[in-house]
Amino acid sequence: MSMRTPISKVRGQGSAGTGTHHFWVHRVTAVALVPLTIWFLCSLLSHMGGSRDEVIAWISQPLVAIAFVLLLGTGIYHLKLGIQVVIEDYVHGEAMKMFSQLALTLVTAAVGVASVFAVFKIAVGG
Amino acid sequence: MAQAKRPVSPHLQVYRWSVTMASSILHRVTGVALGAGTLLLAWWLVAAATSDEAFALVQHCMGSWPGQLVMLGFCWALTYHLFNGIRHLAWDMGYGFELKAAQLSGWFVFIASTVVTLAIAAASLGGML
Repeated sequence: MSMRTPISKVRGQGSAGTGTHHFWVHRVTAVALVPLTIWFLCSLLSHMGGSRDEVIAWISQPLVAIAFVLLLGTGIYHLKLGIQVVIEDYVHGEAMKMFSQLALTLVTAAVGVASVFAVFKIAVGG
Repeated sequence: MAQAKRPVSPHLQVYRWSVTMASSILHRVTGVALGAGTLLLAWWLVAAATSDEAFALVQHCMGSWPGQLVMLGFCWALTYHLFNGIRHLAWDMGYGFELKAAQLSGWFVFIASTVVTLAIAAASLGGML
């Protein structure tokens, strides 16, 4: 016989145990992305068409590099959470579901690491 | 295991399109489109970190006619998802749920993102880039 109360057994347990966490982190990243996206849109205007030297000089500035890492990290995590829900809604069949989610995780992780590494390399003048 | 092809509900094609319905699906569509845009941004950054040749290739593709169209679409998807995302955050806090308010904010998001995108396009054509 368990001495735990019924409420303590179900507290924090969604249908999969982590549903609330997914919802919440999606919102936390969304809030962070509001200022970061506004910064990115303004930067897009002033730097996107520049030469490679201009772009490298711009990203080499510590604050710009930090903003880029925050934008990429938060944005790609937010993207992963969003596409995950789209897959859950529209992709049926166990094998296809599993394959899509696996591919999503691996691709977003690879794109995140690649783009953040690129910013680091530019920032430290490699 | 084969699944039976049963009719599924709701039958989306019988509904008259409303602004709240359109803004809801557009949020998802722009979100997925931004996934593709993220790949372009990553390509641009990695190319800038790699070599002059790699960077020139990205600039060439994005500077071409189809590339400029993609950039315009990316810009609109980003501003739309940003404004509509703020609308969603307001809903999460319990504001703006009344039908009139939701319809008004839906139109506002659509118009604001289009205006901002056109302003950015005009600025870039005007040589600010």
